[in-house]
Amino acid sequence: MQAAKKIMKVFVTRRLPQEGMKILSAAPECEVSVWDSDEPVPREELLKGVQKAHGLVCLLPDKIDAEVLDAAGPNLKVISTMSVGFDHMALDEIKKRGIRVGYTPDVLTDATAELTVALLLATARRLPEGVEEVKNGGWSSWKPLWLCGYGLSGSTVGVIGLGRIGLAIAQRLMPFGVKRLLYSGRTAKPHAAEVKGEFVPMDTLVSQSDFIVVSCSLTPETQGLCDKAFFSKMKKTAVFINSSRGAVVNQEDLFEALSSGQIAAAGLDVTTPEPLPTNHPLLTLKNCVVLPHIGSATYSTRGVMSALVARNLLGGLQDTEMPSELTF
Amino acid sequence: MWCSRVVPRQLWWIKQLNLTGALTSNMQREMSTLPRVYITRQIPPEGLKILRESGQVQFELWDSDDVPVPRKELLQKVKGVDGLVCVLTEKIDAELLDAAGPNLKVLSTMSVGFDHLSLEELKKRGIRVGYTPDVLTDSVAELTVALLLTTSRRLIEATHEAKTGGWGTWRTLWLCGYELANSTVGIFGLGRIGIAIAERLAPFKVKKFIYTDVAPRPELASIINAEYVSMDELAKQSDFLAMCCALTPETKEICNKDMFSKMKNTSIFINTSRGGVVNQEDLYEALSTGQIAAAGLDVTVPEPLPTSHPLFTLKNCVILPHIASASYTTRNAMSALAANNLLLGLRGESMIKELKL
Repeated sequence: MQAAKKIMKVFVTRRLPQEGMKILSAAPECEVSVWDSDEPVPREELLKGVQKAHGLVCLLPDKIDAEVLDAAGPNLKVISTMSVGFDHMALDEIKKRGIRVGYTPDVLTDATAELTVALLLATARRLPEGVEEVKNGGWSSWKPLWLCGYGLSGSTVGVIGLGRIGLAIAQRLMPFGVKRLLYSGRTAKPHAAEVKGEFVPMDTLVSQSDFIVVSCSLTPETQGLCDKAFFSKMKKTAVFINSSRGAVVNQEDLFEALSSGQIAAAGLDVTTPEPLPTNHPLLTLKNCVVLPHIGSATYSTRGVMSALVARNLLGGLQDTEMPSELTF
Repeated sequence: MWCSRVVPRQLWWIKQLNLTGALTSNMQREMSTLPRVYITRQIPPEGLKILRESGQVQFELWDSDDVPVPRKELLQKVKGVDGLVCVLTEKIDAELLDAAGPNLKVLSTMSVGFDHLSLEELKKRGIRVGYTPDVLTDSVAELTVALLLTTSRRLIEATHEAKTGGWGTWRTLWLCGYELANSTVGIFGLGRIGIAIAERLAPFKVKKFIYTDVAPRPELASIINAEYVSMDELAKQSDFLAMCCALTPETKEICNKDMFSKMKNTSIFINTSRGGVVNQEDLYEALSTGQIAAAGLDVTVPEPLPTSHPLFTLKNCVILPHIASASYTTRNAMSALAANNLLLGLRGESMIKELKL
């Protein structure tokens, strides 16, 4: 007599785009339980929902720490996150328990690089200011120097963290007439040659760049990297862009730098916390553009991410290869 | 006192609102036979510096950066001038040219567009015209791409949500936009600016560039590997459509109900050319009914667009106050070019950039 195929319990912390849900519901061995909302699963619901789960699908706002892992119990063998970042997961606790992790690199590179360039251009060419002026009657007629911004043509761009996304950003900036592409990080990258990237010390990048783009992952080393000392070395006409993780930036120091004219402008797609409270001082500055973490927010990319999340999970449940497994 | 500031060898610009100005300029005219020039706006410093230091002209300017010279004032001030430097807010038509009189031999506009100039009237009077193409191509292409991305990735909606409490935590489909990767980009009017825009869009993994124009432009098209199509096909196939043509009687309101009805309902429409190529009522209809996904405009009719205009009520319409060439380096370069075009024209030499009439 054939043994009944083991049913795997899966908990999904959010309503996923249909591409991913389709794959999960088609898997006969999975019993899928979804927190069927666009809003985050409350902590108690999460701790309840993961009990006895074999697989867990999560998003960035879900803190996957020892408490969650304990609540899940020894069945848990795979966690699949719908993100490329993994700072919301306690990797040492996960490793201890021999749990595999799937994530979504590469598929969101294009969308995120695109958004970062959009943010850089909108900040440097003062688009939100322009839109405001138009709406509130500030636009009277064509004026030679009104709303002038800083162009990329002939500029020096510095990318902090020339990984997949950093490289993709640099590739998109090149045809705007960028003269020099500098980058900093732990090691030089062979793929930097594609964008004629020059590997330089951080201080050199900070002091020579007209545009600085932060594209590194959040680690103990990069936490608070962009602080008073950092901003004080930047050019007065420089534009600072962060689409990596909020904690890389000291936000009080950034506010100081922007409001005192130490740097020209900043664009942020990530903050601490997220969401940023509406009374935060950074939101009062005309030369600070804040976006609500929409780096990968395109219909096609989120669909592809959700499909990858589902396939990563199934690979882990079936003890086979995952399309994108995090090695740690 | 103004008189003591008059130096025979060199000319100083006269502050427009100076009450003793008339007296001073009369004295200057007696003292000097240098060509007289009127400048219709306080153009950026580079251009004024060139004119001042040339020692070749005496000039007067409307000393305001942000308010255009009133028509009556303009008609008065151009009387008898040899040269005129203008920006795009001034209509250079028969009335103005008549007011100026027969001395006027050079007109220099600080713009690449010339729809504010009556070319026929200028040609009739043998007046040479300088303008400012090329120096602003990079800046305009950059702003067009900025506007396209701001529109397709919903940046204005997003900044608004961040400021007003609409931002919760990371959500899977919130504020999703349309990406350039694997898309078809259509250029309406393949000139310098159209090419520069396409070059900047290419690394975003655009699948295909298509264009329409009065005739195929194979040499330009080969730079960006673009396929020539009819206007109808451009509307049907484009995921992103950018207007890059000049405003002429043929292109006036060419973006109308007919064109929008052929476009995809996921498409993004961008206009940084001239407001007059778009029928704004038809655009409003197309946007509010979801016939097209979104639009970004840097130019409108009129400019400024009145704040009560229905287009402002739409979340999927981004409107900028004609800032495509607004970078410090570019505006100064345009100013310098306009000044140099003027000086060369007055000397009877070849201009750096002369408009063929």
